[in-house]
Amino acid sequence: MTEPATRKTALDATHRALGATMTDFAGWDMPLRYGSEREEHLAVRSAAGLFDLSHMGEITITGPQAGELLDYALVGNLSKLAVGRARYTMICDEDGGILDDLIVYRLGQQDEQEYMVVANAANAQTVLDALVARQDGFGAEVRDDRDKYALIAVQGPAAAGILKKLTSYDVDGLRYYAGERDLVAGKPALIARTGYTGEDGFELFVSPQDAVEVWEALTRAGGDANLVPCGLSCRDTLRLEAGMPLYGHELSTSLTPFDAGLGRTVKFEKTTNEGRFVGRDALAAAAERAATAPPRKLVGLVAEGRRVPRAGFAVLAGGDTVGEVTSGAPSPTLGKPIAMAYVESAHAAPGTRLAVDIRGSQEPYEVVALPFYKRG
Amino acid sequence: MSNPEQLRYSKEHEWLSDAEDGVATVGITEHAANALGDVVFVQLPEVGDTVTAGETCGELESTKSVSDLYSPASGEVTQINQDVVDDPALVNSAPFEGGWLFKVKVTEVPDDLLTADEYAAFASGS
Repeated sequence: MTEPATRKTALDATHRALGATMTDFAGWDMPLRYGSEREEHLAVRSAAGLFDLSHMGEITITGPQAGELLDYALVGNLSKLAVGRARYTMICDEDGGILDDLIVYRLGQQDEQEYMVVANAANAQTVLDALVARQDGFGAEVRDDRDKYALIAVQGPAAAGILKKLTSYDVDGLRYYAGERDLVAGKPALIARTGYTGEDGFELFVSPQDAVEVWEALTRAGGDANLVPCGLSCRDTLRLEAGMPLYGHELSTSLTPFDAGLGRTVKFEKTTNEGRFVGRDALAAAAERAATAPPRKLVGLVAEGRRVPRAGFAVLAGGDTVGEVTSGAPSPTLGKPIAMAYVESAHAAPGTRLAVDIRGSQEPYEVVALPFYKRG
Repeated sequence: MSNPEQLRYSKEHEWLSDAEDGVATVGITEHAANALGDVVFVQLPEVGDTVTAGETCGELESTKSVSDLYSPASGEVTQINQDVVDDPALVNSAPFEGGWLFKVKVTEVPDDLLTADEYAAFASGS
């Protein structure tokens, strides 16, 4: 099998003109950073950053039983989601393993059933295939809309002020985890108050043919507010500081949402399909295990030294391996290395002193509660 | 970017100055610094250590990765740049100047080090 060619977003030429360092991410050629990733990170914390996230995978579900299909196919209670609202949820396999984490938006009118599922780029095909496989018997259509959208995010405390310059939509009235269709810079957009940075911010789903114009309009509107283009490198450190999981690191098919500390996303009290949903029995067992005898817990680690832990590094207590790092990076906000790790429950309490094996040397780390950073 | 003409370059992206009184300065190139991204931690050899051309003598940690530091020449380390230990961002902001890494009393310089032009051609192809 030959590898498919790397895909380019509608903003590819824009990134190159900005001098971006590009990287392959889940088969997409994406900006890693434009200049200093640390400065991009700090700009999002203090002002605003502009991201191209067009690699994310959009799947639209419509039809009279769209909500019921999602209740069955996902772990959340999506039929109860109000129009204009969004929810963080997961799709699991029959044994409860996480296939992906998702944001689901309910769109359209009150009397309609229209949902948009946003999947991680690397998992979008898996999610699409699973939804199609699970749609039998439901009056619902599953549509691959990956090519229909470019996704531009503007994130940071100045994001709302910047967006307001480009739309007559009531930006201040849009709640966190809500999204509605309107115009941005004169172009149709789904304006969502969501993000992956730990800051206030917006994600704008627009047509690929409008992406450059919307990006440039945001750049102009954000000039006074120190808006800077931001790559995936700082997106990763921003989400890590915010304690947000990343599929392939904190989440995988070998873990259930309960193992990942995200059991709250699993709703057993569903009113549709007689409460049945894919993975239910396995997830009920996982919930019980997590409540009584969790094998490992996801924790935060903060360094005392300056060497940076990376995914896969062993976490040690008294020389014995008690866990594994899933993500690690130098934290621009804290000024020291941080990590997320799965560690045995006995060593998971905040304040516990552990070590991370960094290329043969045991570096001291302390367990802290997640997130590392919470906006004030 | 321009690589200073007076320096010599290794294929591991280190630069080496001409020796003065037998002591040469070592750093990493701007190309390497850009490829690494923001450097957040440098581990250098200690003064008095013997380093060997082409062998690792430290590491550079950036947001995304860690890279070994290779010595471009053999000899004894006479000084390390404490400024860069305290502020590793100097590697990014001034790789050929304030971001130098260590000085070495040279006993051997490999004869396959590159000139600035040769290195530029090598780096653009890597």
